[in-house]
Amino acid sequence: MTERIVRIAGGQGFWGDSLEAPRQQVEGGPIDYLMLDYLAEVTMSILQKQKERDPSMGYARDFVGAVESVLDAITDRGVKVVANAGGVNPPACAAAILHMAGERGQSLRVGVVTGDDLLPRLQQLVSSGHPLTNMDTGEPLSTVMNRVLSANAYIGSEPIVEALTRDAQVVITGRSTDTALTMAPMRFEYGWSADDYDRLAAGIVAGHIIECGAQCSGGNCLYDWRNIPDLANIGYPIIDAYADGTFVVTKHPGTGGRVSVHTVTEQLVYEMGDPRQYITPDVIADFTTIHLEQAGPDRVRVFGIKGSAPTDKLKVSIAYRAGYKAVGTLVYAWPDALEKAQLADRVLRERLDRLGLHFDEILTEFVGVSATHGPLSGDHSDAPEVQLRVGVRGDDRRAVERFTRELAPLVLNGPPSVTGFAGGRPKVEEIVAYWPALIDKTVVNPHVEVLS
Amino acid sequence: MNTRTVRLVDIAHARSGDKGDTANVGVIALRPEWYPLIERELTRDRVGQHFAGMITLGVDRFVLPNLGAVNFLLHGALGGGGTLSLKTDAQGKVYSTALLRMNLEVPEDEVERLGLPVVSDT
Repeated sequence: MTERIVRIAGGQGFWGDSLEAPRQQVEGGPIDYLMLDYLAEVTMSILQKQKERDPSMGYARDFVGAVESVLDAITDRGVKVVANAGGVNPPACAAAILHMAGERGQSLRVGVVTGDDLLPRLQQLVSSGHPLTNMDTGEPLSTVMNRVLSANAYIGSEPIVEALTRDAQVVITGRSTDTALTMAPMRFEYGWSADDYDRLAAGIVAGHIIECGAQCSGGNCLYDWRNIPDLANIGYPIIDAYADGTFVVTKHPGTGGRVSVHTVTEQLVYEMGDPRQYITPDVIADFTTIHLEQAGPDRVRVFGIKGSAPTDKLKVSIAYRAGYKAVGTLVYAWPDALEKAQLADRVLRERLDRLGLHFDEILTEFVGVSATHGPLSGDHSDAPEVQLRVGVRGDDRRAVERFTRELAPLVLNGPPSVTGFAGGRPKVEEIVAYWPALIDKTVVNPHVEVLS
Repeated sequence: MNTRTVRLVDIAHARSGDKGDTANVGVIALRPEWYPLIERELTRDRVGQHFAGMITLGVDRFVLPNLGAVNFLLHGALGGGGTLSLKTDAQGKVYSTALLRMNLEVPEDEVERLGLPVVSDT
């Protein structure tokens, strides 16, 4: 008798990832769940701005196309989709999905998870004893309150499990922990309880492995990168999950990339703090208990994981306006490319000074010489070309804008052998910064609706 | 005691990422038997010195013997990090290979016993 497996395929590591991956995951072989992760740290603020301009927006619009590309797999093969594509407007996202399905003559059951959005209550929360102190700087949120654009609590797996229990075929959340998107299907299918910490932790680890898409299946892999096959057709990862919490990381046959102990280990240490305490709303996972074993070509077995009770807090992601920035570049060619670039930098800074322009930061880098490794880079003064890259940041938009007009004149007025300016004047960008905070679980109320 | 120069990049691979203004670098032994050497040599102070001039705050260090890896948190590494940073590597994605530039001086008998690749004498 073969042991039961639940197959969860990762089809999106971030909003902007491969458009083909969701479809390739359902077409490449049998899967039970398709997990899509659309939310980077400041994505919510971008979506919030969209919703302010148009109340029917505020979700990841690419998601509608992604679901459309796999609709037959959902209706005919019973594949389920779990995604945080709802952004700041999960109900609107669900409506768009239902509308798309209706146009294709299909009905769907769509689960919608809300309750993560704290923006409407933010002032009241701060006034009633929840300072939402910045986890990195220790400052209270009140210092930036009038610049806040969005505030969302990272919700765990329970609402997703509830939606699946209520027969949702597509589950749309707003902000939830990325790892919960993978762990929730495992928890639902195998009936893991809230205190089943070792298995919940295993689900979280599986989620951490596949949440960045192909970055665990041969992508961005330093080990033996020259020999990783067929990167143009890289296979996105799949978790084969067992009831006991062990699982195998793999990918569809006939795809490129590689799943090995090396590729999976690189992903495990990615964006890792204290490995013994990987904190999520559902469980604290101990990454020092993870064991990996190659179990055939492109199959890595993962086992031995231990977890413990979660904290009484949820992480909150808050986005706030933090000034403006612009980055401009010019390229200088041999001979003495670096020296010319350095002189251009001095000329530029002197001109900014003479114009009376003030910035919180001016940063100069010499790309091709020292931009990535700084003082560790060694001597490259004879480089064939050097890109001068200068960025400025500050609260005064006009000063940043004025800076963007000081690069082109250097072409005619500055050091020789300069090129690479055809891209035109750099753009001024508003900075939306990230404010991580904690809040008591008791004040966040997730809500699940299933629409059809 | 005679030592040989061993390049960290020849005995380990690594990946780095970010959390705010902190870069994390996970260094992974290419072979399990090379992990104890890496764990011994890559102390918090050593890594802090290696990155002098590149990071503005301190270093935290954690071990994962189960994976043959050591994880470093490099604070004040990313010019404010995220969208605030003006750096090319605002998200710390190439701090990994910056750490792998480190050279180790290893006793000759250990080099032989572990079969370590060494930098040839000039």
